[in-house]
Amino acid sequence: MRYIRVVKDRTARHLMLGIALFSLLLLLVIGITLLFKALPIMREKSLGTLLTSGNWKPFKGDFGFYPFIISTLYVSAIAIIIALPLSLLTSIYLNTYATKGIRKIFEPVIDLLSGIPPVIYGVWGSLAIVPLIAEKISPHFVEFSSGYSVLAGGLVLAIMILPLLVSILTEVFRSIPKEMTDASLAMGATKWQTVKKVILRKSLTGIIAAIVLSVSRAFGETIAVLMVCGNIPLIPKSVFDACYPLPALIANNYGEMMSMPGYESALMLGAFLLFFIILIFNAVSRLTLNQIENRYSL
Amino acid sequence: MMNFGVVRTSSTLEEIQSNSYLRKVESSHTINIKNLNVFIEEHHILKDINLSIPDKSITCIIGPSGCGKSTLLKTLNRMHDETPEVRISGEVIVDEENIYGVNVNVIDIRKKMGLLAQRPCPLPMSIFDNVAYGPRIHGLKRRKAINQTVIQYLQYVGLWDEVRGRVRSSPTRLSIGQQQRLCLARGLAIEPEYILGDEATSALDPISTKKIEELFIKLKEKYSIILVTHTLRQARRIADWVVFMYMGEIIEAGKTEEFFNNPKNKLTREYLSGSFS
Repeated sequence: MRYIRVVKDRTARHLMLGIALFSLLLLLVIGITLLFKALPIMREKSLGTLLTSGNWKPFKGDFGFYPFIISTLYVSAIAIIIALPLSLLTSIYLNTYATKGIRKIFEPVIDLLSGIPPVIYGVWGSLAIVPLIAEKISPHFVEFSSGYSVLAGGLVLAIMILPLLVSILTEVFRSIPKEMTDASLAMGATKWQTVKKVILRKSLTGIIAAIVLSVSRAFGETIAVLMVCGNIPLIPKSVFDACYPLPALIANNYGEMMSMPGYESALMLGAFLLFFIILIFNAVSRLTLNQIENRYSL
Repeated sequence: MMNFGVVRTSSTLEEIQSNSYLRKVESSHTINIKNLNVFIEEHHILKDINLSIPDKSITCIIGPSGCGKSTLLKTLNRMHDETPEVRISGEVIVDEENIYGVNVNVIDIRKKMGLLAQRPCPLPMSIFDNVAYGPRIHGLKRRKAINQTVIQYLQYVGLWDEVRGRVRSSPTRLSIGQQQRLCLARGLAIEPEYILGDEATSALDPISTKKIEELFIKLKEKYSIILVTHTLRQARRIADWVVFMYMGEIIEAGKTEEFFNNPKNKLTREYLSGSFS
């Protein structure tokens, strides 16, 4: 009986290992299921054609995923390009310059923003952003745009990932030891010099991790993007053209038109592609992070 | 391999300062603290501090934990500015200018005060860039001048020979004693006029401590050095003047020998005999 706590410890360890393995297994199961479901269409057509063709005519049996892949990447890239500088400056301000009072007001507001359901962002996007693009912005650049566009999707996404980025980045900056910023300030550096040369450098890995997290989120965001990006399966020629990201494709069509041969399988391939893009993106950024950590031994 | 300009095996402060990039070091430096009071929120941390700190000597501030030693040190380079809860009244006159007066530029004050913190805290950049940091933020651009400054101060703290092959790598792999000497070199590279040490050797092993102490003794030929220390023996070893603080007040201050051999105040005697710490 003396060893009962050892037995408990061992049981707990194995149990937790099992649970940890289960989540890994879940990932595999999802990937394999999607791939399995996508097999019929891949047997019918070469993967190369499916990925590089811009032809999407389900009733004729043409399934080209190129426009969807491009749209996904395009919209997410715009979102992060807009959101990153804004969120960096916001969190630097909150962390370095803002008084306690200001911080106390801002931090709950940012948490609140990330709690707003995507569909509300979508509605707001189609009521505010889409007309703005159609009437005010696009006439300066192109002849006609309905407003439902890559830019609208990117903007709405940017606004959605902004609170996420700000809260992660604020946490990243907060983890920098005070001694380090003090060391810089005590040498007569201004706050801005300290931010540029010490804080940003020290948090490089954290910033990259924050980008990865929010871009992954952007890749997968469905409903809000679907409501503002036009959903036309063509390769967008400019940011004012409509686009059709993968999640929107799946959400719009799954459960409908299942009578068309190959359609379901094609949609599953779309889901698998999305899954794969996010997986690869995460893996590559993990490698990059390791490289940076090694190089600067942060 | 990059060109480090002229590399000399040893450098003295005269040599280094003869090619000073910012300004010639003035001849005499004194700090006069007058009626200094510091409050943190409601707590009265420093009470009516009056103190003169002489030039070209080491002044050690001793006292039990929480007596206000570090707070006093921080008033000298205005690091309290970074904490909004702190209120300060009184004057700190450095080189005939009240650093808490109007129209005083904090950056100029901090540039005058080289700070060596309790634990070495290298910035997240290479060894070279750590030392070059100060000169660069204060506007030194010429590569050759930066190289020269960095090498000279690394030599001055005796680190150059230990790191010469890896100045472009991160300082995190240096020993903690080496890191502290790096931080000293970094502090000296802003060409301060005073050196402040906040228990600068308390995290170090005895040999590293000795190296830093020797550097302080070498440095007092040119600088006024103010050290906060926890160890009485260190004060006895290197101080010219000792200031004893207790509960936010200065109890006694005097020449080291006199202070230790013939303390006047009862509290001082008790502290020195180890009745409290």
